[in-house]
Amino acid sequence: MVRLEKVEKWFGRTSALQGVDLVVQPGEFLVFLGRNGAGKSTLLRVVARLIKPNSGRVEVCGIDVLRHPEAGREKLGFVAHGSYLYRSLTAFENLQFFAKLYGLRNAADRILTALSWVGLKESAHRRVEGFSRGMQQRLSIARATLHEPQVLLLDEPFSGLDLEAAELLGEWLRHFVAGGRTLLMATHDLEQGLSAARRWALIDRGGIVEEFAASDLEARERYKRFLKVRRRDVL
Amino acid sequence: MTFFRQTGAIFWKDLLTEYRTKDSLTSMLMFGLLVILMFHFAFEPDSLETERYGPGLLWMTFIFAGILGMNRAFASERENDSLQALKLAPVSWGAIYLGKMLANLLFMLLAEAVMLACFTVFFNFDLIPRLGWMSAIVLLGTLGFASVGTILAAVSMNTRMNDVMLPVLLLPIALPVVIGAVESTSAIFTDPPGEALGFWVKFLVVFNIVFVTLPLLLFEYVLEE
Amino acid sequence: MKPLAWTTCAAMLLSLYGVFLFAPTEATMGEVQRIFYFHVSSAWVSFLGIFFVFVYSVRFLSKRDRELDTKALAAAEVGSVFATIVMITGPLWAKPVWGIWWTWDARLTSAFVLWLIYLGYLMLRRLVESPEQRARLSAVFGVLGAVDAPIVYMSNRWFRTQHPSPVIAGGEGSGLNTEMRMVLYFTFLALVLLFVYLWRMRYELEHAQEDLESLQRQARLQEAL
Repeated sequence: MVRLEKVEKWFGRTSALQGVDLVVQPGEFLVFLGRNGAGKSTLLRVVARLIKPNSGRVEVCGIDVLRHPEAGREKLGFVAHGSYLYRSLTAFENLQFFAKLYGLRNAADRILTALSWVGLKESAHRRVEGFSRGMQQRLSIARATLHEPQVLLLDEPFSGLDLEAAELLGEWLRHFVAGGRTLLMATHDLEQGLSAARRWALIDRGGIVEEFAASDLEARERYKRFLKVRRRDVL
Repeated sequence: MTFFRQTGAIFWKDLLTEYRTKDSLTSMLMFGLLVILMFHFAFEPDSLETERYGPGLLWMTFIFAGILGMNRAFASERENDSLQALKLAPVSWGAIYLGKMLANLLFMLLAEAVMLACFTVFFNFDLIPRLGWMSAIVLLGTLGFASVGTILAAVSMNTRMNDVMLPVLLLPIALPVVIGAVESTSAIFTDPPGEALGFWVKFLVVFNIVFVTLPLLLFEYVLEE
Repeated sequence: MKPLAWTTCAAMLLSLYGVFLFAPTEATMGEVQRIFYFHVSSAWVSFLGIFFVFVYSVRFLSKRDRELDTKALAAAEVGSVFATIVMITGPLWAKPVWGIWWTWDARLTSAFVLWLIYLGYLMLRRLVESPEQRARLSAVFGVLGAVDAPIVYMSNRWFRTQHPSPVIAGGEGSGLNTEMRMVLYFTFLALVLLFVYLWRMRYELEHAQEDLESLQRQARLQEAL
């Protein structure tokens, strides 16, 4: 579960988040829609405490993230553009390193399971620098999910993924939500956002403008038009 | 306990990457050898001059080679954005600093050991009887340099001209280390060791206490987004 | 602002009177010694500047208020002007009196290093794009630089006590009679007022600029809708 209360982030006169209130229950998949620079990424980064908000309260699985960032991050997974992999290490070593950081028990077994799930078991002991783009993407999905997070944050996760990796990620997301865990995703791509989620929040100028359900067809049309407004206008 | 386990994991990861790529070590060592070559032709020093200028030259080489290595310190973290993965792990950000700093320290010490051996051979440095003191001074001086260098490497990584920014920020701050290290090295090259030795070694210890603690406290502000 | 401006103006005029008319001519150095009052006072003010940078950097890191960052920036800019004055007046004074432009004495060297720290700070600010990150990173460097400044000064002094430099008189106040001392302290006071006045002008200017930018943003938004 993720809970935000009156979260504000500003610097001088520029405001990035203006009093965001939000509750996302376990088993829920919420998509933040919005134009570039609207504050979607900022919101995700605040939940992970990569950005420190000026005021407000952020909770992940009941943990106050601002007070105990490390405990909060233990519950979190984060997928963004970067693959987060070290080129000169092997696939296995990459996962092993992160397993150590997360303090995972019987790491070797979990790593091998994760690798065979993404179809990289044969390449476990090859260095990442020799991997194709698709293989790197699959490995990076294995890395992000290795510690079985309760809450997953996705920042434009599908941008740049090849077909196979995108399918893999999609499948895993469905599985993830069905398991009663929480998903938050930020995207400016309407179609992707729409197909995946049940609940959407439209973000503009650092605040949630409106929330609507996936079945609301009228809202869909409205926001398609809204998102087409040029980016320059919000700056 | 978790803090040190995580520090260790990051340190070990850096060691493994360096062992595979050898980026930092080769650049530092090549630089060191070239300085030795240039020094010979620039000054053609006799043994007396070597004794007089040796300690200074030695530390100049260490410092500039160290900057080369330090500039590489965050290169592997930037490649696939993996620094963000470190920040997202349930790790105190101080552990990221400490792990990377210890790795930098070790790489510099390894390079310095080789350079020191080269100095001994090429310039007939009479090092062997002074090896104990020399190691202590090299360790203290390098620790001070690596501790300030690591945080400033992380700072300059976020600027537009990161390889120029690091020396610009680091050298004025590290000046006390250079003074302390050169002075104590000179002191052990006189016979018997100069009385200044104890003083400057203590000075280095104090500098290290301040400039290891301070970056540990400040590092989280560097990493925030 | 007004009272401060007038007080500063009066103090500056009075200190000019003190330096050029009230203070007696130094016996051996002659008229040129009068530059000393500005030189030494500026050096003290430049240290005051880095102290301001330290205070506002620390406060910024804990409060994250942009205004505090602006104050640190203003202190660094004005402080760097005073440090530059030290760097210019030093050689101007040294050349006619001792026949050399520069001497590596402890005070001059520390002023030089402080000047470099200021420049590094200002250069860093120019090379970081996002205003928020710029504020955080420069605050971190500001703290490191300000803690380093006194250590640089002390290490230089200790260095000098072991390597006596051939020229230059002893301590700060030695060889000054009561009138000279009075003039020195008064000039310092006047320059402190000038520093505070310029500092406030500078950060108010920065405020006005931020206001302007935010108004421009709003205007653009209105236009677009």
